[in-house]
Amino acid sequence: MATEWPCALFHIMRKGGLLSLDLPQEKEPAIELVGIDKRFGAVHANRNINLTVAKGSIHGIIGENGAGKSTLMSILYGFYQADQGEIRISGRPVAIRDSQTAIASGIGMVHQHFMLVENFTVLENVMLGAEGGQLLAKGVASARRELKRLEDDYGLEVDPDAVIEELPVGSQQRVEILKALYRGAEILILDEPTGVLTPAEADHLFKVLRVLRDQGKTIILITHKLREIMAITDTVSVMRRGEMVATRKTAETTVEELAELMVGRRVLLRVEKGAANPGGVLLSVRNLTVKDSRGVTMVDDVSFDVRAGEIVGIAGVAGNGQSELLEAIAGIRKPASGEIFIDGKPAAGIDPAGLRNLGLAHIPEDRHHMGLVLKFEEYENSILGYHRDERYGRGAMLDLDAICKQAEEQIAKYDIRPPDPRLRTANFSGGNQQKIVVAREIERDPKMLIIGQPTRGVDIGAIEFIHKRIIEMRDAGKAVLLVSVELDEIRSLSDRILVMFAGKVVGEKSGEAGEQTLGLMMAGIAA
Amino acid sequence: MSTASVPLPAWINYGVIPLLNLMLALFFSGLVVWAIGENPFEALQLLLVGALGRGEGIGFTLFYTTSFIFTGLSVAVAIHAGLFNIGSEGQAYLGGLGAALVALALDHYVPWYVTMPFAVIGAAVFGAACAAIPAWLQAYRGSHIVITTIMFNFIVSSLMNYVLVRLLIVPGKMAPETRTFLEGGQLPKLDWLIALFGGRLGAAPLNFSFLIALVMCFLVWVLIWRTKLGYEMRTLGISPSAASYAGIRYAKIVMITMLISGGLAGMMALNPVMGASARLQIEFVGGAGFVGIAVSLMGRNHPAGIILAALLFGILYQGGAELSFDMPAITRDMIVVIQGLVILFAGALEYMLRPAIVRLYQQVAGGK
Repeated sequence: MATEWPCALFHIMRKGGLLSLDLPQEKEPAIELVGIDKRFGAVHANRNINLTVAKGSIHGIIGENGAGKSTLMSILYGFYQADQGEIRISGRPVAIRDSQTAIASGIGMVHQHFMLVENFTVLENVMLGAEGGQLLAKGVASARRELKRLEDDYGLEVDPDAVIEELPVGSQQRVEILKALYRGAEILILDEPTGVLTPAEADHLFKVLRVLRDQGKTIILITHKLREIMAITDTVSVMRRGEMVATRKTAETTVEELAELMVGRRVLLRVEKGAANPGGVLLSVRNLTVKDSRGVTMVDDVSFDVRAGEIVGIAGVAGNGQSELLEAIAGIRKPASGEIFIDGKPAAGIDPAGLRNLGLAHIPEDRHHMGLVLKFEEYENSILGYHRDERYGRGAMLDLDAICKQAEEQIAKYDIRPPDPRLRTANFSGGNQQKIVVAREIERDPKMLIIGQPTRGVDIGAIEFIHKRIIEMRDAGKAVLLVSVELDEIRSLSDRILVMFAGKVVGEKSGEAGEQTLGLMMAGIAA
Repeated sequence: MSTASVPLPAWINYGVIPLLNLMLALFFSGLVVWAIGENPFEALQLLLVGALGRGEGIGFTLFYTTSFIFTGLSVAVAIHAGLFNIGSEGQAYLGGLGAALVALALDHYVPWYVTMPFAVIGAAVFGAACAAIPAWLQAYRGSHIVITTIMFNFIVSSLMNYVLVRLLIVPGKMAPETRTFLEGGQLPKLDWLIALFGGRLGAAPLNFSFLIALVMCFLVWVLIWRTKLGYEMRTLGISPSAASYAGIRYAKIVMITMLISGGLAGMMALNPVMGASARLQIEFVGGAGFVGIAVSLMGRNHPAGIILAALLFGILYQGGAELSFDMPAITRDMIVVIQGLVILFAGALEYMLRPAIVRLYQQVAGGK
């Protein structure tokens, strides 16, 4: 507290015009990283990183997955120790040994995957670990007051008595921010904060971040979404392959320049594709109804066709039945009623292995839990779902040489890095993990492909690559069904767009439909 | 950040850490021995000499090792599919009935090497049968396998009491056990194996089932890492959702895995029943099923590790028996304490030293 108080005074005096200093830098740095270097065995995750973050600014850090952003932030938050280099906070060198010292130094972190106790209330989550005493009642009362003050100051409205699991994702994230502020964070690190948010929720988050900045907090935003960087940050730093390659004033840069800095070459931000040439119907869904494990109807009497040589996109805010629809088509979830035809043959009730034999490939929404076994080595994942194929060993046996050989071929063809089929899958970056899944599903030359969130948590270079493969599949006469919560992705890839809302298909538009039209449909307002 | 996810080279994971854990266990055992007024170094020496000093000692050690390999494999196979089979004890017990029935039926007519394959099958089938009901309940009804396999240990125990006391007992005898098998129902002793190293087996019951255990280690390794079934088991064990995505049927894999696991536990019975006492006795398993859990844990569920861990427990059993004979102050219960300490440090506290070793390793590796 002792260090904050003069700063605050300084701030007030300057705001009030009592103090006019002609400093070389307008604001003193909140964080300085000097020569940070970190290796994990052979991997040089951070190379001599220098970074200065001005107090009271929003500083974006972008870079592809695996560029070293997360490592750098983990060092700042005390998860790892740097091999070399120094961290200065408000000009003073600090040794951040663990997250407790980070918190004590005024650093708060909002993780990509929330660290909340699902069945606790907002208030309980916020005070968790800072209860203040053996008996709860006193702590609860003061926490409630403090929470109220924070909510008022920063416009972070959340009902303190709501249970976390009943809150929408956007509100859960606000709880994470409140948690950090409650612990006195002056510097907030947000790791891919909009990955789970709807566009409206993301807008709200940005509003909150602006208020926080204007109140003097410093915000570090880690993302790979260039649009966010342009929309919200003051300064942006670009990382590539463990190095900090550039820092720019956001106002003085462009999306194209940043993309090029990130990838190290020019990238196509929009996919180029020719007109679709649809053939016969390959996938047909009729009056499909799917219930979740609690018996709630998630997909409600849905019918549509996907033809050979076209991409049908399903747009919708996450949680409107798209996931259940995909799982039902892929044979993972049993439909409650209705029919599915693959190439004219009834397919409802067939298990995923049988569907693969019919020519259905599935790139699942969640690569961590479905598409990959993270503890497996890469080559083992390259046959997941196809492991019974005779190519990978006769009869009951597995032929490791044959599997490794085809894994190496896929690695080469899809530029999966590092090119090591014996590496544990968990040690690949998100983009490369997704490429492992995409390679596995596309290289079997299926008749139709169903895809969920093909580029979630995937870097720009890999997005471009995966999008191209999807278009190639279409041009080769495959039927492609695409589910994504990224409206841009749906619009740039799809030939036809179906919008799902509350389990129903509420409308169909051509691939050229405007963002606004679709947005209204996704919100259930227009049809 | 937790260091559990930091990868370490295999020689640290499988060499240094278990060794350090073992040394810690020995250290604390030494303290216990010292506390009751005996010399810990002398005790350790007696233990090692008792277990490994003479041909007969080695024979006993390997006899125990054989049992622990079977039960260790049984636990490990289940763990690879994400199932915790605590019922190896009961499965081995019932396996004994299978082996005994084969031996009783055939020993009059054929030599041991004809009986043996049927006995192996009989033991495995009975062991698997004992695992089948918990497996079915887990696969199709969602009853937790830990609970059901534990309960089956008691059920089998009561069942075997009934079978031995009422049905298989030799009329007119007091002991609840079958008649002694003839030579055609016994597994031969491995005198030649000990003789190879210049020792004498003496009265030690080391028998042919030791070789069966080693073959099973190889077969389990092939199963887990070289077959499609093993691939499916491991997928299910690590990620049930990925398994369902891949079209791997949960119920089928649970059933098959548990039948294999129960079968391996059942085969353990070959060793004491047909190899040592040549009859089915009450409570012949004597806790080997539970030791199998520790063996599997300590051997990192890998057949090679299981052999080493089983050997360690074999040494503790045999050496411990010798020790309590030579040092009367160290009772049989003390030996159990020492074994418990080994299980505690090697199994339950497996990760206690890991963070420190990770840090040390990172410093050394990072400084390169």
